[in-house]
Amino acid sequence: MEKLTTESITVSYEGKKTIEDISIKLNKGEIVSILGVSGVGKTTLFNVIAGLIKPDSGKVFLDGRDITNTTGNTSYMLQKDLLLPYKTIIDNVSLPLVIRGEKKSKAREYASKYFEEFGLKGTENKYPHQLSGGMRQRAALLRTYLFSDQVALLDEPFSALDSITKTSMHQWFLKVMEQIKLSSLLITHDIDEAILLSDRIYIMSGSPGKITDEIIVDEPKPRSRDFLVSESFLKYKKRILDELES
Amino acid sequence: MKKKLRNIINDSSSVFALILILALWQFISSSGLVPKYMLPSPFDVVMAFVNDFSLLMGHAKTTLMEALLGLSVGTALGFVIAVLMDRFNLFEKSVYPIIILTQTVPTVAIAPLLVLWLGYGLLPKVALIILTTFFPITVSLLEGFHSADKDALNLLKAMGANRMQCFVHIKLPGALNHFFSGLKISVSYSVVGAVIAEWLGGLSGLGVYMTRVRKSYSFDKMFAVIFFISIISLVLMYGISYLKKALMPWENKKN
Repeated sequence: MEKLTTESITVSYEGKKTIEDISIKLNKGEIVSILGVSGVGKTTLFNVIAGLIKPDSGKVFLDGRDITNTTGNTSYMLQKDLLLPYKTIIDNVSLPLVIRGEKKSKAREYASKYFEEFGLKGTENKYPHQLSGGMRQRAALLRTYLFSDQVALLDEPFSALDSITKTSMHQWFLKVMEQIKLSSLLITHDIDEAILLSDRIYIMSGSPGKITDEIIVDEPKPRSRDFLVSESFLKYKKRILDELES
Repeated sequence: MKKKLRNIINDSSSVFALILILALWQFISSSGLVPKYMLPSPFDVVMAFVNDFSLLMGHAKTTLMEALLGLSVGTALGFVIAVLMDRFNLFEKSVYPIIILTQTVPTVAIAPLLVLWLGYGLLPKVALIILTTFFPITVSLLEGFHSADKDALNLLKAMGANRMQCFVHIKLPGALNHFFSGLKISVSYSVVGAVIAEWLGGLSGLGVYMTRVRKSYSFDKMFAVIFFISIISLVLMYGISYLKKALMPWENKKN
């Protein structure tokens, strides 16, 4: 079932087209990556979907409903965790509920149910700077989830982490996603990450950025670390590399 | 550990320097290098302070009341102006230069005018303090508002937050640090402003006391009240630091 679709989105900035004719779809519970080099317009596309940028043409649909130019429908997570330094972790993650008009105590109570599942137990009353980078990204994902359990836009969420932390975060991410089944669009420039985490991969390239290929990663989940060194993994990788070369 | 030791040396070095200056001062004055009626010794100053203690406290009460009243109104005014400037670009562009201009007028120059307009009571003093204290608050708050993280603001907007929510959750807490830097300056301005306004007329207050002892050439009392004013400012500034710690608990837990 289609959760989110975009219909030939074109955006220009100062008279120059940055992305052109982007049509993608995201099915319910799916993790779909948008893979491309930096500056190809991946973040621009996300800003359009989130309702922060008005496209020149094209539309965004959520469950068949037109959500072009409206905010508050899809949740958003960046490479920067953007946890507010003056709020405790529980207040940070429950912020979207408070924004929606929930009472602070109610929001906290609701958010605290998820701490165990997200591997954040014991951090409730700490401040962000007291946590490691990996833990902060976990909190950021929980905040994203509490913001909307519909669609999450993840803009290079793990790219600021060191590679060892990143590897364990990938495993954690797959495990959590298995439980919460959050339909997610993931921006990345890390080919391994895209193959490991996604059900499908859109390749975005060119200037203005266009979708040039779609790759279905038809592998069973949960995927373990071993998948990263398997024959089939390398086949996907070769195909993507060839596509990016051309 | 090493750092701690260095801190102790740094701290005690300033105390040592202070003691040295006081000793030198005491020597110059008691040796007769400078006549005693022109430069009283530190000991004389302390004695003057002790002898006039209850009188000084009475005057201090008036000055403090004016300072705190002026500071409260000034802070509130500074806050409102900063919020309006942040909210309305046009307001900032048109009013900011004028506000800067008002700050180039020396306090001592407008104080007599205020006395002529508003009389010898509480009003001209409070008005002068408001004029001098709102500015640091406005400038520091505005800078704080402007330094809000654009990505964090976008995130909140994407969550569907309205302008008020963005202000409460991002801009205001993010500007607290700036605000307290401004408040620290304003609090010392408020005491100085009160004293200057009292010079020009009034029935009580440290400025009034100062004018009286100056007219009677009581240098020891003059020095005593000067130091007393400094101490009041220092205590108030320390109070602000304490308030800041209490209101910003996340800063204390760093490291």
